[in-house]
Amino acid sequence: MTNIFNSSIGKKLIMSITGIFLMLFLLVHLTVNLMLMVGDGELFNRAAHFMGTNPAVKVIEPLLAIGFVFHIFYATYITLQNQRRRPIRYSTSAFNEVTTWPAKNMYILGLTIFIFLIIHLTNFFWKIRFGTVETITYGNESMPNIYALVSGLFINYWWYGVLYIVGAIALGLHLSHGFWSAFQTLGMNGTKWIKRLETLAYIYAILIGTGFSMIPIYFFLF
Amino acid sequence: MKVKLKIWRQKDARSKGKFEEYELDNVAPDMSFLEMLDSLNQRLIKEGKSPVAFEYDCREGICGSCGMYINGRPHGNDHKTTTCELRMRKFKDGDTITVEPWRAAAFPVVKDLVVDRSAFDKIIQAGGYVSVNAGAAHDANAIPVPKHNADVAFDMASCIGCGACVAACKNASAMLFVAAKVTHLAQFPQGRIEAPERAKRMVAKMDELGFGSCTNTRACEAECPKGITISAIAKLNREFIFNKHNDS
Amino acid sequence: MNKLNAKIPDGPLADKWTNHKAKLRLINPANRRKLDVIVVGTGLSGSSAASTLGELGYNVKVFCYQDSPRRAHSVAAQGGINAAKNYKNDNDSVYRLFYDMLKGGDFRAREANVYRAAEVSNLVIDHYTALGVPFARDYGGLIENRSFGGVQVSRTFYAKGQTGQQCLIGAYSALSRQISKGTVTMYPRREMMDLVVIDGKARGIIVRNLVTGEIERHSAHAVVLATGGYGTIYYLSTLALNSNGSAAWRAYKRGALFANPSFVQIHPTSIPVLNEHQSKLTLMSESLRNDGRVWVPKMKGDTRKPNDIPEDERDYYLERRYPAFGNLVPRDVASRAAKERCDAGYGVGPTGLSVYLDFRDAIQKKGRKSIEENYGNLFEMYEKITGESPYEVPMRIYPAGHYTMGGLWVDYNLMTTIPGLYAIGESNFSDHGANRLGASSLMQTSGDGYFILPYTIADYLADDIKTPKIPTNTPEFDTAEREVKDRIERLMSINGTETATNFHKRLGKIMWDYCGMVRNEEGLKKALILLDELNEEFWHNLKVPDSSNELNQELEKANRVADFIELGKLLVYDALNRRESCGAHFREESQTENGEAKRDDANYSYVAAWEFAGDGKEPILHKEELKFEYVKLQERSYK
Repeated sequence: MTNIFNSSIGKKLIMSITGIFLMLFLLVHLTVNLMLMVGDGELFNRAAHFMGTNPAVKVIEPLLAIGFVFHIFYATYITLQNQRRRPIRYSTSAFNEVTTWPAKNMYILGLTIFIFLIIHLTNFFWKIRFGTVETITYGNESMPNIYALVSGLFINYWWYGVLYIVGAIALGLHLSHGFWSAFQTLGMNGTKWIKRLETLAYIYAILIGTGFSMIPIYFFLF
Repeated sequence: MKVKLKIWRQKDARSKGKFEEYELDNVAPDMSFLEMLDSLNQRLIKEGKSPVAFEYDCREGICGSCGMYINGRPHGNDHKTTTCELRMRKFKDGDTITVEPWRAAAFPVVKDLVVDRSAFDKIIQAGGYVSVNAGAAHDANAIPVPKHNADVAFDMASCIGCGACVAACKNASAMLFVAAKVTHLAQFPQGRIEAPERAKRMVAKMDELGFGSCTNTRACEAECPKGITISAIAKLNREFIFNKHNDS
Repeated sequence: MNKLNAKIPDGPLADKWTNHKAKLRLINPANRRKLDVIVVGTGLSGSSAASTLGELGYNVKVFCYQDSPRRAHSVAAQGGINAAKNYKNDNDSVYRLFYDMLKGGDFRAREANVYRAAEVSNLVIDHYTALGVPFARDYGGLIENRSFGGVQVSRTFYAKGQTGQQCLIGAYSALSRQISKGTVTMYPRREMMDLVVIDGKARGIIVRNLVTGEIERHSAHAVVLATGGYGTIYYLSTLALNSNGSAAWRAYKRGALFANPSFVQIHPTSIPVLNEHQSKLTLMSESLRNDGRVWVPKMKGDTRKPNDIPEDERDYYLERRYPAFGNLVPRDVASRAAKERCDAGYGVGPTGLSVYLDFRDAIQKKGRKSIEENYGNLFEMYEKITGESPYEVPMRIYPAGHYTMGGLWVDYNLMTTIPGLYAIGESNFSDHGANRLGASSLMQTSGDGYFILPYTIADYLADDIKTPKIPTNTPEFDTAEREVKDRIERLMSINGTETATNFHKRLGKIMWDYCGMVRNEEGLKKALILLDELNEEFWHNLKVPDSSNELNQELEKANRVADFIELGKLLVYDALNRRESCGAHFREESQTENGEAKRDDANYSYVAAWEFAGDGKEPILHKEELKFEYVKLQERSYK
């Protein structure tokens, strides 16, 4: 196993493992976020507070960060390497006829998501962790009112809503390829499973893409 | 039929190439693509010009010699077809057809449309075999092999080494080629023994020779003239990641 | 004095090979490393010989004109490979396989050689299976067999319709293993231009590097030719376009005898000619005749669509003429029968030069799925070429030049008349007589390379263990290289108006018309004149573009065509000499009342081996009498 990660498959394996880890995180993230649309925000604030204070999450958080870093670093490395594999380009290419657009543009989608991620982190994570978010008290328990932070952002700045929808769509497209691709790289695929995995990938991608898009739309409309 | 051809011309490996245009009349729809090029070459020779170099041998889709990038597709626009099997009836009268060599760092151009695919041979030499000497085999029926495995092995062994997968891949990866061989030989008890080691050595050789890595775009399987699917690559990944070679 | 000593061992037929092997000398492993062997060609015989010699520890150099050894034309063999395994329990045996081959070859092959080919056939199957060749299997996991033309048992091992491809991949992988171990050095994109003979022994070859045009010298203690057949002499054939007879022809001109050159198999089931630009005839495997029925309309010039012709207006002429074997008669018989019907005006298709091969009944009986399982890739191939689906419409087929039974004369050790020069596989003449049975080619060619040559060559090399590396700066190498360069220079400087391809087409037409499926004295004599004229014109009006020091495919063609024109004459001389019909060689002067081939055992029961007598001179005939001690000569009947 010592030099497995030096090989082309090994590097893809890192993409796959970190990818699956990030996909699990997205599910949790979406579940919590969807609570924004339930009631007056108490459920969401409680969930967010739980996530923010839970020791298990504290442990996972740096792992998640490392996952992101590895996923991004290796994607860049692999992409740069692969670009050198065809020094003279074709004059015409019908590549789009035989593959999907996201499959061909994973890195561009990834970059888009990365830029979005930075904005997203400064909007929320940074403020919650290091800034001052007003607190709210439910019964005798005080916690930061993240609901107000989120709703305030989307209600006051419509273009943030648009930005978040664009981010969510890019993410959905990225996942429509990334989901099954992660399993393929792990070797968990075959002639029968490829169709199933692709279907699952589309379901998952649509779920994540529309799920996250719904939140700004919700605040914009209601 | 009449066609307009835009063909990559390059004198040798060191020269810089460029496209040249030719017009060709009297193209019969029954002609194969290569027969169309033959007739162009006959004309060029008579005109005192240099004919277009391209590789061919069996002209029945099995030797893997021919291969060119036709209108943006390896072996042209017909499904599961090599260039020699491609017929002119797949084109329309008056079409402009762009013909380029396979382009990949690992497949340098030799002349015009001829490329050097010896990297494929080197990959096979790295482990694409079962280590058995002539005379050492036992009776062919001594070890039954499930029909399913034999069928999978057949499909994988039907790779003709043409290089269309590399030509099609945006990363110029040879993963489908490597995977087909690894999957083929892993189907038999005899080939199983070396399977994990084989996968490691062949992948290492592929990386060394300047092929890209697989990003699962599936262009290779769409263009493979023999219909080899990326399930082979999944199998290769399994062999590579999960099966440790017993080297203690 | 007779030059020909076949060195057939004494003893009973079944023991000859065993006894012979026991007497062959051995070379100890340490000495093998000091011995160089050149193998030319990487088809099944070349790959198998090279890998096996490598495994044994010899220092092997292998040459092929393709970019990779995996592309040699064995790759295109479709139907299967025979072996006497008797897995089907249909009372098959080595003897029966031997007998079928000998009879199929119309009793013009050596008993001992044919028996040995049958004997090693089982080892070949075992070895391919071990190499990972996926022969078709049943649901119990055991190997399946099918039946082939000219036999009544099922002994053909197959991998759908691409058995040759699957076997060659196996042989190529074994060769690759030896290359990685360093026992074998591979020289691709090299064409053999001449043989170098020193003190009467084959000691090297001159090759042209097809990429740079460089002329290279390579020496060895022995040279093995595994260069296949010369069927492309007809221009249109089922062979790869670059397959050629030049290596064998060079050897012939350096003193090796050429045996039975006119024995060329015309394969009955090829896709017919579609247009004048056609470069190649695509074979449809003989195995199709297991399920397909051959027919033509009973009415002359019937223009109805095949499916509109009712059953009672169809003439299933093979079933009619040969009730015992029906559609599975041997190739020569099936080819001539098709030609007979077409010549009589019953042929179908736009040119009238084709017959139907119909799968309607088989699809009805066995279901489309079963037919697809067995022949799927062939049907696809047919549809791609013709635009018609054989599931819906009958195939149209016509005979095409396919396999050359003739080749370099070799003794029982597979050595030619030049000491140290061996010829194996299709490039020799030894095992198929005047006609080859289907699926015997892969069997013989692999047997030669894996299990015969590696034993017999040791016996020769045993004398050379003290011979140091053969130097390449000898006068013989100088001369050979100069002659090669002169010839190339000559070809380049003609600067006429006609391309090599055009000359090849014209040669093909002469050969097909006068020395093809049917031959007669008048036509053959005419062919000699036409070939002389063609030769003359070739050397005065050829045009080769570009230069000789680069990749120049036209120069390659010109070289080959020049040799083919000369070889064509040898075919004609041989066909003229043999005033009998046997197997694929059909002389109109020698036929039965029903139009079947009539052999003349009293006068022609011999191998005709030709010796080169100098340019422009008639070749010298040597006869190797064929003795039949174990089979009784009889009329070859498939009725």
